[in-house]
Amino acid sequence: MKKIKLTYLLIGLSVGLYAAPLGLPEVPVPADNPQTEAKIKLGDMLYHDPRFSRDGKVSCATCHAREKAFTDHLPVSKGFTDEKGTRVGTRNAPTVINAAYYTSQFWDGRVPSLEEQAKFPPINPVEGGLHSWDELVGMLKKDDFYKKEFEKVFGIKSSEITIDHFIKAIASFERTLISGNSKFDRFMYGGDKNALNEQEKRGLEVFLGQGRCVSCHTISQTHAIFTDNQFHNLGVGFKALQGKSEKVASEYLHKLAMHKKKLKKSAGKEIANHAADDLVLADKKFSELGRLAITHEVDDMGAFKTPTLRNIAKTAPYMHDGSLKTLIEVVEWYNFGGKLNPDDPDTPFLDGGIRPLNLSGQQVLDLVAFMKALTSPEFENVKEPK
Amino acid sequence: MKRREFLKTSGIVTAGSILPMSLIEVAFADNADGTKSDENFTFAVISDAHLQQIKGTKFVRNWDMGLKRAVAECNMMNPKPDFVLFGGDLGQLGKAAEIDHGAEILSALRSPVKMMLGEHDYYLDLGEHWMNRFGDPYYSFDHKGVHIVVLNSILVDEKWINKWKDPMERMQTMAGLDDPNGSPFMVGLKQREWLKKDLEKVSKDTPLIVFSHSPLQKIYKGWNFWTDDAELVQDILKPFKKVNVIYAHVHQVQYNKIGNIAFNSVMSTAWPWPYPKTYAKEPSYVPKLTVEMNRADPFFERDGTGWQMINVHTGRVDMNFILPHNQNRIVAYNEKTGRPEDVEFQNKERIPPQIHY
Repeated sequence: MKKIKLTYLLIGLSVGLYAAPLGLPEVPVPADNPQTEAKIKLGDMLYHDPRFSRDGKVSCATCHAREKAFTDHLPVSKGFTDEKGTRVGTRNAPTVINAAYYTSQFWDGRVPSLEEQAKFPPINPVEGGLHSWDELVGMLKKDDFYKKEFEKVFGIKSSEITIDHFIKAIASFERTLISGNSKFDRFMYGGDKNALNEQEKRGLEVFLGQGRCVSCHTISQTHAIFTDNQFHNLGVGFKALQGKSEKVASEYLHKLAMHKKKLKKSAGKEIANHAADDLVLADKKFSELGRLAITHEVDDMGAFKTPTLRNIAKTAPYMHDGSLKTLIEVVEWYNFGGKLNPDDPDTPFLDGGIRPLNLSGQQVLDLVAFMKALTSPEFENVKEPK
Repeated sequence: MKRREFLKTSGIVTAGSILPMSLIEVAFADNADGTKSDENFTFAVISDAHLQQIKGTKFVRNWDMGLKRAVAECNMMNPKPDFVLFGGDLGQLGKAAEIDHGAEILSALRSPVKMMLGEHDYYLDLGEHWMNRFGDPYYSFDHKGVHIVVLNSILVDEKWINKWKDPMERMQTMAGLDDPNGSPFMVGLKQREWLKKDLEKVSKDTPLIVFSHSPLQKIYKGWNFWTDDAELVQDILKPFKKVNVIYAHVHQVQYNKIGNIAFNSVMSTAWPWPYPKTYAKEPSYVPKLTVEMNRADPFFERDGTGWQMINVHTGRVDMNFILPHNQNRIVAYNEKTGRPEDVEFQNKERIPPQIHY
C-alpha cells in the first residue's frame, strides 16, 4: 500500500512540466512565460521566501502551504504583524493546486493570470504589506543568490530585474502544482470501475443529477476541472449587505475612485484593479460585493468564482469567506437553496441556478462521500482541519 | 454626469459601456448653453411578474425571485428612476393573495410606483381587488414636459365575460397564452372617448408616452399579441408629433414604428415567451413541440427574463433592457432614421413589414 502511494506521489510531483495527470487537460502556459526547470525552481524559492513582506514573515506559502493542501485552513487569511497586531483579510485562501486552469484569479476574478495574481499579495496592506513593488525588486537586486538566479533564468543583469520576472517565476512554479488521479479520475477516465465504492458512485449520481452540481463544477468526457470559471451569487455573505447593498456599493465606488487617484499619484500610472485589491481585502462589506467590485455591474452583486472541487476534503473551511466549516454544511447550504436555515431570507441577487434541491439525508451523505473521492494521492495524508 | 450610469461614480460607465460613446452624448445632450435639459429623465418598467399562490403564504419561488431581483436592481440605480411603472400581470390567477403579495414586494422600491393592469390581474374578479389596491386602471399624468397615459387595454366584450361557469374558469382560460377559447383584447369605446378628451388639452408638440399591457399594434391574434381596436387608438395618437407606446404582455423584445408612433415592448421578470410565428421570415421546419422548453438555459431560472431602464430625451425613449447573465440590450430611438433600433443587433437591412397578423 505504501509503495503504491509513493508511486502516486512521484507522479504527482513530476507532472506539470510535461504531461497532465489522469483527469486533467494539458496545463495552459502563456507564450511569454514558458516553463523551464530553472525558472520553476526559482519560483519555488520565491514562493516560500518570507522576506518579501513587511515583517519578513509572510510568504505565498503562509496562506497556501503545501502541508495544508496549499491553503491555510483558516476562515480568512492573516497577513503581516506589527505593533498594531496581525492583519486579517476578508477572504478564504483558495488552494493553489490546479489554479493554473482558472481563466481568472482571485475569488472575484480581478486578474486574468497566475502572473498578475502573484503581483498583489506582497504589497497588499493586509497581506505582505510592502510599500511598493520597487521595494520588493530592491530586495532582489541586493541579494547575491537571487541576482545569480535571475541572471541564469532570464539572462538579465541584476539591474534589469523587474517585478515581472518575479511574478513569472512564481507563476511557473504554480503551474507545476497540478493534481488529478483521484479515485474519481481512476473511475471516470482510468477505466477502473471499482475505484469508487457504492456510496461514492451514488454520490456521483447526485452530483450529476438532482444535486445539479455539475452545472457549474464542470466535468467533460476527457477531463474534469470542476469549474465553469464563472461567477455566481450563492447567498454566502448576504447578511453583511442585507438591506444596504446600494449604500455599500455606492460607498465602495466612491472610495475606489479616490484610492485609484492616490495610487496613480504615487506610482505614476494606473495598474488595473490595484485599488480594488486593496479595498476588498481590507473591508468585509466591500468584499461581499464580489464580482461587482470589479465589473460594477449589478448583475455581479455578491457573485464569486466557482472554485475547483479537487482535494476539497483537504481545504476546509469553505466558501469565499470561509463561513462553512464542513462539506456537510456546504451541501446543506445548497440543499436549502443558498442558506443553512430554510426560514432565512433569500438575497434578491441569488443566482437563478440556486434553488432548493430536496436531497434526502442519504443523498447528502453520498454527495459528501463523492467529494472525498476527489482527493489526489499526494494530498491524501493532509490532515483535515479541526 | 451621464444619466445612464448605474451607481454613479467618477468616470465609471457601466450599463452605458456597451453603447458607443457618441450615442450616449446624443441621448443625454444638455442644452446648448450648458444647462441641464428638463426634457431628459429616466424611469423604469418592471413587468409581468405572474406571482402565483400555491397555498396560504406559499408562492412559486421562481416568479417571486424574478420580481425581487428586479426591485433590488432597480434600487441600485443612480440616479434613481423618476418613477417605476409596473406593466401588469402582477398575479397569475388574479387572486387577492397574489396581488397583495406583489404589492408587498413592490413596496421595497425606493422610487414612486405607477401601476398598470394586466389580464392576469383582471379576469377573476374583473379587477375589483386590484382597483381597491391601486386605483383607476387608466389615467394620465404629466412629467417633465411629457404627457404620460396608462391604458387598460385588456378588456373583451361582455358576452365572453359572462359565458363561464365560474370566475376561476374564466381566469384560467384567459391565463393560457394560446388557449383558443380566449378572446381578443381591446381598449374599448369608453376609454377611447376618455383618451380623446384627455388629449384635447395637450399640445400636439408635447411628447406622449402611452403605456398599455397588450401591444397597441397587431402582431399575433392567437396569443393576444394584439389589441383589437389598435388602429382606432393609433388614430387618436396620430396628430401628436412624438408618440411612444410601451407595452408589456409579450415577454420579449419587440420594436416598431407606425407613422409618428414608436413602439417598444418590455421583458417579463418571470419567463420568456417565444416569438410568434408571424415574426418568422422563413418557414420553420422545427417539429411541433410537445415537451416544455421554457428558456434557453433551463438551469438558470432568470435566463430570458429582465426589466428595463428607460431614458427619455427630446421626447423619445431609449430602452435599456437589463437581462440577468445576458448581454444587456439597448433599443434606442435613432433620430437620423427616425425609428427605434437595436444598438447592437439591428439588422443592417430594414426588416420588411409583416403582411399578415
